[in-house]
Amino acid sequence: MMKKKIWNGYLIAGLVITSIVLIWIIVGQFYTPYDPTQMTGAKLQAPSAAHLFGTDKFGRDIFSRVMSGAGTTLLVAVATIGIGAVAGTLIGALTGYFGGYVDEVLMRLNDVLTAFPSILLGLVVISILGPGKYNVILALGIVFIPGYARLMRTAFASQREINYIISAQLMGASTARILAIHMLPNTFSTLLPALTIGFNNAVLAEASMSFLGIGVMPPDISLGYMLSESQGMLRTAPWYALSVGTVIAVLVFGVGMIGEGIQRIGKEDL
Amino acid sequence: MKKRLLAGILAFCLAGTSLVGCGGASKGGTDRSESNEIVIGISQDLDQSLDPHVTVAAGTKEVMFNVFEGLVKYDPDGNTIPAVASDYEISDDGLTYTFTLREGVKFHNGETVDLDDVIYSIERCKTDPNVNPQTSTGLQCIDSLEKKDDTTLVIKLSEPNTELMSLLTLAILPDDYDKQDTQPVGTGPYKYVSRTAQENVVLERFEDYWGTPGNIDKVTYKIEEKAESLVLGLESGALDLVSHLTTTQTNELDKSDFNIETGSMNLVQALYLNNARAPFDDELVRQALCYAIDRQYILDMAFDGYGYPIGSNVFPSFKKYFDDSLTDYYTVDIDKAKELLAEAGYPDGFSMTITVPSNYQPHCDTAEVIVDELKKINVTATVKKVEWDTWLDETYKNRDFDSTVIGLTADPLTARSLLERFKSDADNNFMNYNDAEYDELFAKAIKTYDDEEQVKVYKAMEKNLTEHAANVYIQDMADMIAIRKGLTGLTFYPLYVLDVSTLKWE
Amino acid sequence: MKYALRRIMALVLTMIAVSFLTFAAFHLIGGDPAQAILGTSATPERLELLRHEMGLDRPFLVQYFHWLAGFVTGDLGTSYSYRQPVAELIMPKLGVTFVMVMLSFLIIVALSFPLGMQDAQHSEGKFSWVWTVIGQICMAVPSFFLSIIVSYVCGIVLRFFTPGDFPDMYRHFGSALHYLFFAAVCIAVPRIAMCARMLKSTIIGEMEKSYVRTAISRGNDRQAVLKYHVLKNSLVPTIAFLGQTMAEIVGGGIVVEQVFGIPGIGRFLVSSIATRDYPVVQALVVIMAFWVIMAGTIADLINMKIDPRLRLGGGE
Repeated sequence: MMKKKIWNGYLIAGLVITSIVLIWIIVGQFYTPYDPTQMTGAKLQAPSAAHLFGTDKFGRDIFSRVMSGAGTTLLVAVATIGIGAVAGTLIGALTGYFGGYVDEVLMRLNDVLTAFPSILLGLVVISILGPGKYNVILALGIVFIPGYARLMRTAFASQREINYIISAQLMGASTARILAIHMLPNTFSTLLPALTIGFNNAVLAEASMSFLGIGVMPPDISLGYMLSESQGMLRTAPWYALSVGTVIAVLVFGVGMIGEGIQRIGKEDL
Repeated sequence: MKKRLLAGILAFCLAGTSLVGCGGASKGGTDRSESNEIVIGISQDLDQSLDPHVTVAAGTKEVMFNVFEGLVKYDPDGNTIPAVASDYEISDDGLTYTFTLREGVKFHNGETVDLDDVIYSIERCKTDPNVNPQTSTGLQCIDSLEKKDDTTLVIKLSEPNTELMSLLTLAILPDDYDKQDTQPVGTGPYKYVSRTAQENVVLERFEDYWGTPGNIDKVTYKIEEKAESLVLGLESGALDLVSHLTTTQTNELDKSDFNIETGSMNLVQALYLNNARAPFDDELVRQALCYAIDRQYILDMAFDGYGYPIGSNVFPSFKKYFDDSLTDYYTVDIDKAKELLAEAGYPDGFSMTITVPSNYQPHCDTAEVIVDELKKINVTATVKKVEWDTWLDETYKNRDFDSTVIGLTADPLTARSLLERFKSDADNNFMNYNDAEYDELFAKAIKTYDDEEQVKVYKAMEKNLTEHAANVYIQDMADMIAIRKGLTGLTFYPLYVLDVSTLKWE
Repeated sequence: MKYALRRIMALVLTMIAVSFLTFAAFHLIGGDPAQAILGTSATPERLELLRHEMGLDRPFLVQYFHWLAGFVTGDLGTSYSYRQPVAELIMPKLGVTFVMVMLSFLIIVALSFPLGMQDAQHSEGKFSWVWTVIGQICMAVPSFFLSIIVSYVCGIVLRFFTPGDFPDMYRHFGSALHYLFFAAVCIAVPRIAMCARMLKSTIIGEMEKSYVRTAISRGNDRQAVLKYHVLKNSLVPTIAFLGQTMAEIVGGGIVVEQVFGIPGIGRFLVSSIATRDYPVVQALVVIMAFWVIMAGTIADLINMKIDPRLRLGGGE
């Protein structure tokens, strides 16, 4: 068997960009140059050495706000795909492995659920739960389950007839063991790119919901919330919208590049 | 193949730009000065019912002010002047009001107003349970409505009521028309044409208006619930006039296209507290909030210093009843606030939610500043932005809230309408204020017929609200109105209204 | 034809399932519609009367079929808030959103195919990574952020259109289309990148297959092979992807509409959800889901036409 070539330019670039952004965001949870909610008299100042991204209409330091707000966005995105992927994998594993009646019903239900635009489902769930950080996570997490379930079902089902799985069954290995030890690792090549895409969808979905005013609420701040806020200051503080938008774009871009890179693992070099 | 592809893409892009070319962007305002129409941006849809006797939202009344009139109406100084009535007389004992109906006043549907319409309208306001209680409670003093002849109406009261003239600004409606809630008909200078849910409301000049007719032919109110869209609409030329802006918003505008007029909103902006819900049922906690919240800081942070701080539930332009000594009853004192909290059993503070309607940018900004201020006394506040209709339902009607930032207006322009809502059993006492002394004072106020004496009692009520820290009173907000250059005639009223009949293009 | 019929049967079944699920969900969370209409101060007798008038005292399934029958015949119920027929309220707005989404869809199709093919052909070029990176950037920029920039730059600075002044689409279709074009582009950009990427990777995958190598080694023109064999086979997954992507375009449209001040269903949906005006929300949710399912079915039917092999497994 040919040795797979793991590293490629996309993967490296993606990892570097993402790591830098992640470190920056994580630092932001413990230390920011200014208190991100502290209002001062220095309103709507242009970017300077003291305020790298300038200040907003309440004189708050945008750099600090973005650092801290990106954390909320990151938390929502990670937790959302966490819920979506774990629940989706469980459902996919069970239905894919056992097949039959339950599989049929769940997959039809899945078909039905994928007919709803995710933002719409998110809106409806939020209308029941009310807005706020944790409800957004729950809403988006639920919305993401069907997609992962479908993907993982295929990944598990395709292994059902493979010899070593059958022999594991014959040797009396428990179902849980077969699913977790024998089958799960083989689904990673499907799951990993799906996680990167899911991450990006989650970041954008959180941003959209907060932008619509049904997501994160102050004093919590998120990138989407800030973008929505910045729209009213395009002329007086264009740096606000630009810096927030750019941070979202860079975060999503970095993870997207990792996804691109993962898909190219083992393929010809650039 | 490659070339053909590129050519295809290029062709597509060109198609896009030619689309850009042919559509041609108009610069809004100039076209409309020729066709003599204006577009006004408003931040919320009107009430679901447009029936003027039923509507509660100040934003709806602000628009419908142009459509409806009463026997009398307000002039720009806040005095009542004859409208559907041409003249009136009040007997010396204040118990008999005689109105003479103006001749030839027409409804928008072409019918002529007669006394039956007038009697129907007043009776309806007095007795119909759906009518806004701010009007109906005041009218209970009316004993009888008599038609002396075809044009003379005699109103007899069971007891004098100094505020009756204000109450009689209530809209006169035709007595045989039952579609007021969807297709309202009044006698004002503008008639209602149509509405599209969440989009717009259209008014047209009423040609048969009895008085000075409006100048503008067609007025479109465009509903933009996102504050940013209002500014964008002004800049792009889609809107000609927007009121109730913040300085952040007006700063965005190009001053060569717009004049910014500053008036006062004539409302009481406050952090209204749900007095029935812990911890706000404790007077000490409410007082602590009053000591912790710096009104001047709010004005500086969110309003660039514009606005007039207040200390009770009356706004300054209502001079007769405004008591400026209450404004500084609470001065910022963080230590005192902390002490009070400790005394009330919250030495480590508590968490609370501030509900705000998301379409009102000034209230949202105020709430954010309050969150910042409350941190100093370890109170963790969260802002909950809700849709306007949700606010009306949950906060106003169902009283399901901790606290809310909102502005309350006076309609009719009477002390009673501002202060009755704090009576423990008032329908619109959404903050659940409950104070026996206040109720007594109110009962006394409406039984006091001597004007001077009555003012004293009302002022005592204001003081009661301040002392018991019913709510955290903040300010009467400055009203920033952006008006396109070339459009003139903006008139300020001591009311929350926008009179479009005086506007005109130069 | 039989296969198409089977596919359409499946479509109808899914639609019924979607409508049932939606109805049931709103039945559970919607609370009492009679209470919603009359308010909290209503007397029990009035409530009971209205419930009877509205048919709320009938069994759930009867209510569902009643609603479904109404839905099929165009009676979508009455809005709690506006007391007007839902159909009357939402149809004009739905039309605007529909035109915008379809315009966006056209742009996606028109641009992603040439771009994807272009990219695939040059995938071994020295600068192919530039295209990949540009694609990733397009996917990374949130469409509403792009909308903010476009509405400001094209609207306020360049004055290509007048943001906030959307013309009445039913009277001035041309200028409405002109306005919608900018929003449609903002929705389209990330999808174009995704779609082009999809097409590119399927083309490359296809090119590596033995039949292509054989065809080329036999001296067939490389371009011709690409055009007649590879492209045809690569179209199938891309068209399927396009069908699936409809849900996301509709969803993206809800947000982008708000930025451009387009009077589509977006604003109305958000506010109806907030006011719990469930007849409106229910109708909108079902219509949007139908729309998405239709797109998926049409994509499948086209694919069956292109690749007859699919018909064997069709109907699944």
